[in-house]
Amino acid sequence: MLKLPIYLDNNATTPMDPRVLEAMLPYFTEHFGNAASRNHPFGWEAEEAVDYAREQVAKLIGADPKEIIFTSGATEGDNLGIKGVFEMYASKGNHIITCTTEHKAVLDTCKHIERLGGEVTYLNVNAEGLIDLKELEAAIKPTTILLAIMYANNEIGVIQPVKEISAIARKHGVLFFTDGTQAVGKIPVDVNKDGIDIMAFSGHKMYGPKGVGALYVRRKNPRVKVTAQMDGGGHERGMRSGTLNVPGIVGFGKSCELARLEMAEDAARLSKLRDKLETALLQLEEAYVNGSREHRLPHVSNISFKYVEGEGLMMGFNKNIALSSGSACTSASLEPSYVLKALGLGDDLAHSSLRFGLGRFTTEEQIDYTIKAVSDTVLKLREMSPLWEMFKEGIDLNSIEWAHH
Amino acid sequence: MAYSEKVIDHYNNPKNVGTLDKASKNVGTGLVGAPECGDVMRLQIEVDDATGVITDAKFKTFGCGSAIASSSLATEWLKGKTVDQAVQIDNMDLVEELNLPPVKIHCSVLAEDAIKAAINDYRKKNGLEELVFEEKIH
Repeated sequence: MLKLPIYLDNNATTPMDPRVLEAMLPYFTEHFGNAASRNHPFGWEAEEAVDYAREQVAKLIGADPKEIIFTSGATEGDNLGIKGVFEMYASKGNHIITCTTEHKAVLDTCKHIERLGGEVTYLNVNAEGLIDLKELEAAIKPTTILLAIMYANNEIGVIQPVKEISAIARKHGVLFFTDGTQAVGKIPVDVNKDGIDIMAFSGHKMYGPKGVGALYVRRKNPRVKVTAQMDGGGHERGMRSGTLNVPGIVGFGKSCELARLEMAEDAARLSKLRDKLETALLQLEEAYVNGSREHRLPHVSNISFKYVEGEGLMMGFNKNIALSSGSACTSASLEPSYVLKALGLGDDLAHSSLRFGLGRFTTEEQIDYTIKAVSDTVLKLREMSPLWEMFKEGIDLNSIEWAHH
Repeated sequence: MAYSEKVIDHYNNPKNVGTLDKASKNVGTGLVGAPECGDVMRLQIEVDDATGVITDAKFKTFGCGSAIASSSLATEWLKGKTVDQAVQIDNMDLVEELNLPPVKIHCSVLAEDAIKAAINDYRKKNGLEELVFEEKIH
């Protein structure tokens, strides 16, 4: 029996794996100690659990456990990684290079740095959502201290050429920070093979708990340091003060272990389901995939259905299927997705997009249901769309003088 | 954000979706909004020359559920009214009837604009002076 509603918004957050919950439970009640309490068994137990989780997290990304700084999530990691480098390396320079499709946690951090007197270059992406490596290299100058380019994008799933980016960073003696939130646990990420110096990621995007994440900070070749952004007890090698969220960290560790063991299988299964969904939906006229299909996470698809509006479209099935849209109407700002606009999509196509994010618990039955529900609603709304009628009559919509408001 | 029952009902069972002959002298067509803004409404009225009564109204809308509901409700209200009465329809009446939240008020403004544009199109076709309306903030 198909259970409704269906959850296809796994880029926003994932359900926690029951195995993760099981690992966490004793650390709320029985083993409740403060990991910083060095003088009694309650503290020792907590510290031991944190150390074990640190190993699990490190192993997933090929790091040393000492290189893992626990945080409250990727937003904190982005802030600590970027602001921390900006402060720590102030004597070396003040220039950061990032790109226009980054998550707001990176973009707004960069804006903050500009207000502090830093200089930021925002690289454009091409129609596929990828940065141009030549442009990246040309943007580096003597004052450049950091490249901040995401591993994979949250809206379109497009994977940036991380190895090539890190090679450029090395060549010019610049640090490379990446927001790995959408990629870690979903595709193989290895900080050494990928040449990553600093990376933020979080638990709740990979079937772990919310409110916990990590910042990877390289200790060798080169040894990287970030200035703490919060003052306090000097936890996490002085880079992140605050009593450790022991149950959260235990759960995060478990989710990393499960991801490491099951990633390949999950990815293979989900890419098949994603392709089935995409192929079926592209049977509809005037439907387009946004972003590169080649360099993309296996579980993500972002599709624009021309001449229907995203929020109106979702209303047709949002009681039964949870999705996201790049439409303006889903956000308070009334601006359509800046990521889709950065790909060169017109506002009209950005308004018409849906993001499908599959996950570990997505079934084929759910995908079949989704194909039918989305297709039916697109057809129904096109019957109701004046733009579709004009398109069918051969009227060029660009020839009409629209009243912008 | 949850939709009101009435918005959901209009979305699921929209009233008066369709197209009237825009070349006809009795038909007034209003096309408002822009694809870039995420909503476009086309509202049409058919007027009885002798009585000035709106005998039919149709719409097609590209937009969110609230935009679809606003135009669907507008066509219902238009039918049976005289053109002079139709001019009086205020967007806040739509807001109240559909329980639109503040962020969706622009949908009702657009529907009011569409009504006025359709009326003016009808007036123009019939040699009447176009009415001048105060602009509302979207």
